[in-house]
Amino acid sequence: MTAPFRPRDHAWHPPARAPSYRSSLARAPSHPLVAVPQGLSELTGPVFGADAIGPLDGDLLRNFAGADAPVGERILLHGRVLDEDARPVPHVLVEIWQANAGGRYRHKTDGYLAPLDPNFGGCGRCLTDAEGQFRFRTVRPGPYPFQNHEPAWRPAHVHFSVFGSGLAQRLITQMYFEGDPLIAKCPIVATIPDARAVERLIARLDMENAVDFEMLAYRFDIVLRGRTQTHFENRREGA
Amino acid sequence: MTAQDLKETPSQTAGPYLHIGLSPSAAGFAPYAREFGQQIAGPDTPGRRIRIAGRIIDADDTPVRDAIIEIWQADAAGIYPHPDDPRHAQAAPGFTGFGRVACDFETGEWAFETIKPGSVEGPDGSPRAPNLNLWIVARGINLGLSTRLYFGDEEAANATDPLLCAIAEPARRATLIAASTESGEVPAYRFDIRLQGEGETVFLDI
Repeated sequence: MTAPFRPRDHAWHPPARAPSYRSSLARAPSHPLVAVPQGLSELTGPVFGADAIGPLDGDLLRNFAGADAPVGERILLHGRVLDEDARPVPHVLVEIWQANAGGRYRHKTDGYLAPLDPNFGGCGRCLTDAEGQFRFRTVRPGPYPFQNHEPAWRPAHVHFSVFGSGLAQRLITQMYFEGDPLIAKCPIVATIPDARAVERLIARLDMENAVDFEMLAYRFDIVLRGRTQTHFENRREGA
Repeated sequence: MTAQDLKETPSQTAGPYLHIGLSPSAAGFAPYAREFGQQIAGPDTPGRRIRIAGRIIDADDTPVRDAIIEIWQADAAGIYPHPDDPRHAQAAPGFTGFGRVACDFETGEWAFETIKPGSVEGPDGSPRAPNLNLWIVARGINLGLSTRLYFGDEEAANATDPLLCAIAEPARRATLIAASTESGEVPAYRFDIRLQGEGETVFLDI
């Protein structure tokens, strides 16, 4: 059987209750998490086949477009999914969602006054390849205001959802763009205690992979929990 | 790469518009031929059909109406359809083990239909009581919350389950046990999740 995943470093992730982010106050458990020894249910996880992914699912420039393309800065968004031992995590599902170039989401509950783009849906999905690589084509999302303690604007960001090879690796996060001055002012970014951890969410401009006269590129690598060194065998519950 | 470059990518909240990426039909559009997580067990999957429903309640006693719950479970024989389960080749036909449900935008009510999972061996080789793994994401939740749902009509198995036994206070243990409810032909269970305060659900570090 495969080795269990390393414990998650909760001092590196944002705490459940983060005063800068008002919505967390009523939604954060007050008891500490109960640690569970990993068994089959945590070491396994959902498996998604390539047959269920359509050819345009990862292309946000085309997967909702009518006759015209969406408005905005065209970008290639790519990177790798690795584990903490730098091993690629192949054939796992990566899903993204985002606002359009004006900061408006195609969602029935988003009432922001910036208009929808009739050619932009804002979601994409793909499976990583054998080397753990993923790629999306999209437009750079715009910043937008949200309700918090004071006038608060989200930096431009893309939401990422990643399945690892086991349930314990499941992760949802947000990707920001290099050089955005709103990153330093965002109450949601500020839930992360360590500045080095924030850096890890910032995609880098990647001119090497820009396509001339077509689109710029940004690179964003994602790291999931690694495995412990010892193999998994007859560990006692609670040990 | 430095050590920090190889630490796990930090989590961020899924935010209020998570449906766009995880369940676009709930957001109001349908760009994909098929959405993942809509069917845990197919019509030919053996097992006892069940329905599970509940709400997520916040510290102000208000239903959370913008959350998504994901479920991961074994089939009726206790097999996970994943290559790291030694018995995965025998997993039930049409069984994905994975469900994804959005809370209702008005009531906060969520529900899913599946089959009752069988017992799975724990790390020490002893059987665990039948359970489902739940993962909850929403605006205001900075790191997805893991919990487990056990069944109220599995009293004997629950009494010896290592996780349930490790939770000393009976009232806290009870937060992981879904109540059997009388409703219609399909056995139904009720599982309300309380994020904070009185009756707070036990959340797990898996």
